[in-house]
Amino acid sequence: MTNQYDAIVVGAGHNGLTNAAYLAKAGLKVCVLEKNDYIGGAAVSRELEPGWLYSSCSYVCSMMRQAIHRDLELGRHGLMIVPYLGTVTFGNGDERLFSYQDETASYNELRRHSPHDADAMFRFQADLTRYSQVIRKTLMRTPPDPSSFRLRDMQELLFLAKQFWALGERELYEYIRFFTMSAAEFLEDYFENDLIKGAMASPGIIGTALGVYSPGSAYILLHHVMGDVDGSIGAWGLARGGMGAISDAIASAYKSFGGELRTEAGVARIRVNNGRADGVILENGDELSAGIVVSNLDAKRTFTKVIDRADLPEDIYRRAKNFKIRGSSGKVNIALSGLPKFTGVPDNRYLDRGGQGFVGSLETMERAYDCWKRGTWSDDPFIESVIPSAWDPTVAPAGKHWMSNFIQYCPPELSDGPWTPEKRDAFGATVIDKIERYAPGFKDLIVHMEVRTPHEIENEIGLTEGNIFQGELTIDQLFFNRPFPGYGQYRMPLKNLYMCGSSTHPGGGVSAVCGANAAREILMDLKRPNTVPEDDFHDE
Amino acid sequence: MPRFDSIVVGAGHNGLVCASYLRRAGQRVLVVERGSSPGGLAAGIEFAEGYRSAVAHSVSHFSERVAKDLELARFGFDARAASVPLVALDEDGAHISIEDGRLAGASEADSAAFEEFHRLMNRYASTMAPFWEKTVPRLSDRSPSEVAKFAHLGVSLRLLGKQDMLEFFRIATLSARDLVDEYFEEDRLKAALCWDGLIGGRMAPRSPNSAVLAMLYRGSTGFYGQHRIGPGGVRSLVDALVDASREAGVELLCDSPVRQVVLSATQQACGVELASGEVIEADRVISGVDPKHTFRDLVGYARLDIGFSNRIERLRSEGLVAKVHLALNGLPEFAGLTQPRGRLLMAPGLDAIEFAYDDAKYGEASKQPVLEVTLPSLEDASLAPEGHHVLSAHVMYVPARHREGWTNGARDALLESVMATIERFAPGIRSQIVAAELLTPSDIEERFGVTGGHWHHTEFAVDQLLMMRPTYDAGQYRTPIDNLFLCSAGCHPGGDLVGAAGFNAAREVLR
Repeated sequence: MTNQYDAIVVGAGHNGLTNAAYLAKAGLKVCVLEKNDYIGGAAVSRELEPGWLYSSCSYVCSMMRQAIHRDLELGRHGLMIVPYLGTVTFGNGDERLFSYQDETASYNELRRHSPHDADAMFRFQADLTRYSQVIRKTLMRTPPDPSSFRLRDMQELLFLAKQFWALGERELYEYIRFFTMSAAEFLEDYFENDLIKGAMASPGIIGTALGVYSPGSAYILLHHVMGDVDGSIGAWGLARGGMGAISDAIASAYKSFGGELRTEAGVARIRVNNGRADGVILENGDELSAGIVVSNLDAKRTFTKVIDRADLPEDIYRRAKNFKIRGSSGKVNIALSGLPKFTGVPDNRYLDRGGQGFVGSLETMERAYDCWKRGTWSDDPFIESVIPSAWDPTVAPAGKHWMSNFIQYCPPELSDGPWTPEKRDAFGATVIDKIERYAPGFKDLIVHMEVRTPHEIENEIGLTEGNIFQGELTIDQLFFNRPFPGYGQYRMPLKNLYMCGSSTHPGGGVSAVCGANAAREILMDLKRPNTVPEDDFHDE
Repeated sequence: MPRFDSIVVGAGHNGLVCASYLRRAGQRVLVVERGSSPGGLAAGIEFAEGYRSAVAHSVSHFSERVAKDLELARFGFDARAASVPLVALDEDGAHISIEDGRLAGASEADSAAFEEFHRLMNRYASTMAPFWEKTVPRLSDRSPSEVAKFAHLGVSLRLLGKQDMLEFFRIATLSARDLVDEYFEEDRLKAALCWDGLIGGRMAPRSPNSAVLAMLYRGSTGFYGQHRIGPGGVRSLVDALVDASREAGVELLCDSPVRQVVLSATQQACGVELASGEVIEADRVISGVDPKHTFRDLVGYARLDIGFSNRIERLRSEGLVAKVHLALNGLPEFAGLTQPRGRLLMAPGLDAIEFAYDDAKYGEASKQPVLEVTLPSLEDASLAPEGHHVLSAHVMYVPARHREGWTNGARDALLESVMATIERFAPGIRSQIVAAELLTPSDIEERFGVTGGHWHHTEFAVDQLLMMRPTYDAGQYRTPIDNLFLCSAGCHPGGDLVGAAGFNAAREVLR
């Protein structure tokens, strides 16, 4: 095994693999290094209980860019994504809200709660789609540097100006409003019913240390619904074989281009000589050399853990330390001996191909955020669930099931100190108790359970504080500000060092876009032909 | 009544400023005021026999240009009066104070960090400063003079240099907490430095997007040195504005609430109808009251386009600051302070502010409120009998609408928690209290006619600023109703005792 490469990618998350795939496709000799004995980072399927395959971190696929999916032929490499059919939202009491693919059914269901809101939903969906269309166009483009006078940056700024201008004046003001306000206030403009508002607001808090009443959460709502599955914008989908199937398919594409992948090869240091990254030192002491080094780790970890502070401009170290990457989510994966039976849900609707949102109301969600701010968890947390095994026979033994539960909020550290196994289990028990309230007998079905707080997520897959986006999605850390002002184009302050994880534009989610964008910039610097596809908008 | 060139509704400070400019340009101007005296939220009110105070208790960044143009110095207002310190009180007397951009009582590390923080914020605040006194054009306005304004802003930002410009784009939308966390260690200092980004708004330290802009707005005449209380305090400003406008020949009619703006057959504003039924005619009407009150009540949504009405109705105008006035039979003693001068902050840290806000989110008053306290009678002895004093407190956070209604019980509980807070820093103050007054935001709304009792008339938030203030089709002081203008804090640039909205509006009227 040689230890000399054109490019080394640190971390085999789905973005790292995507980046490596495009570099390898351009003919570079690439090596991806992964500290764990499995790949995928947070897009991973793991068998922790014999026969059950958990998507132990991310659990739903919606942001994956179709252009990349097609270009890397991920279908041929084994990836199959099936859209949700609908969701059930649970209110604080007996109230249930069902969403349907069928428009008439959806409308009638909304009318059951509020005729006003049923009509408002058309306006809401139309507005949200319009807002998302502008953002979607920027996803697979490198953000311009607003302080630069280079032709490329100016052209890109002009492109943006044109896109925004095309919205029309009135729309532009509405856009600014939407972009800066809270999810709750945004929704108050449309809806009157508490459960409908709660259901619509829930994407606004997933993964973020903001509440539904925090300005800026409306954008996060958009971030979660601007993806698409099979051209249906806003749709969410499940990957057959769990989220790891996505990483596995990308890895398979990468290998088909001749790429090399090493697991259990944690990087201790990125080697820097004369201000240039020129290789890595592994935890076992091995040294690997490379023309360029690409970090798929988050910005904080990259600059405070794996690069020697002495090798960095002081300014960058400070920025990395101040980078907002807050742990706010938990995950509880549960193996079940059978399907739970939820009260108020006729025919167990959507358990087969859809999600469950234990929402309550805007106030329930906001109070859970208040607990997070105080370094504790709510005894009535927001839970978003799905039972993938009801549709996918490959993830649980026949007749058995598993349920993915995502919890907002869960603090990175508790007010009375760090997480302990006891506290972690108490957190898990809170989640179980809440589900049991809506599905009596649920506890008796539990075969195995895995509770993950930010502490576990950080330790297993290396995301600082367990932040699922590799950094908060607030304006100060979006677009050309991501990860730091002046470094929004994937090139980092050391020569030959790049970043390709969700800490870069356009941010978190299993989109593969960060990795692809970074590859395009790297290939440009290396004067290699571009292998990264342009985005396409067949759906618009 | 004869016919006027312009009628200004509301004798708040912006109304008076606007009226004075118009009169000086040769117009015949009438100001109509619902209250018995001019000044709006800055008007001194007798809250107990012999004791007076105003809702506004300090002057922060009053426009130097307006002061000069209207010769307010000649009428007793000193726009360059000595600034007053911002004091982050400590129960044991180890206070931290900021005065004229100088920090005292902080750790060495924090003092060093303050130098850089202060330099940068001052830089940004002075870059923004010229734009608060301009009319911000609509984005669709292609006329060269208006496009030049945006170009000017772009060039000003670029002239900050690459580093500072990029940093500006990052920090402009940071939450106040994130900004100060990057620089400082001491929690109480951080709370004090955040304060001017938060007070008056629906924001807490963790709220992103608008707090830093509010800080920069308030620092437009100098960062952390801007709050001034000259001799005579806030009253000197109101008196000077009234005297200056009277001398110029502005007519002022108090005790005259306006029932509606009168429209002509061609739907143009042509006067006002008072509550008494009297109609006063004018070529134009300029509203110095808040936008929601103007359009909902004085014009009436029925006479407006539905889209426009919706945009006015959705303005976020719920105030969260209550006012407490205490009449005291002597000067209270604060632990560790020889003289309780300046703005005294009772906010032990960022979490204290955040948690106080949490209660208000659900329509309850903070159980442990955070306070900004001044003793206006120190600068203006006429506010209290000799030897006596008045204490004025801004109380955060108190919702305009209490979820159970503002019952006597809820009011008593709030007043008690405010007293308990003050007492922690000024033990023994209770025995000095002669009388106390609590004004919740809804009391302020009722008494002064400001929707939601909101300091800024409508929330100072990114989407309600600049050409979008109060909404984009009324953002240049003109409204969809011909000859009806706006000149209040609900317009660009916003609230506080500044006078820029009145000044900008007068310029647009005269154009």
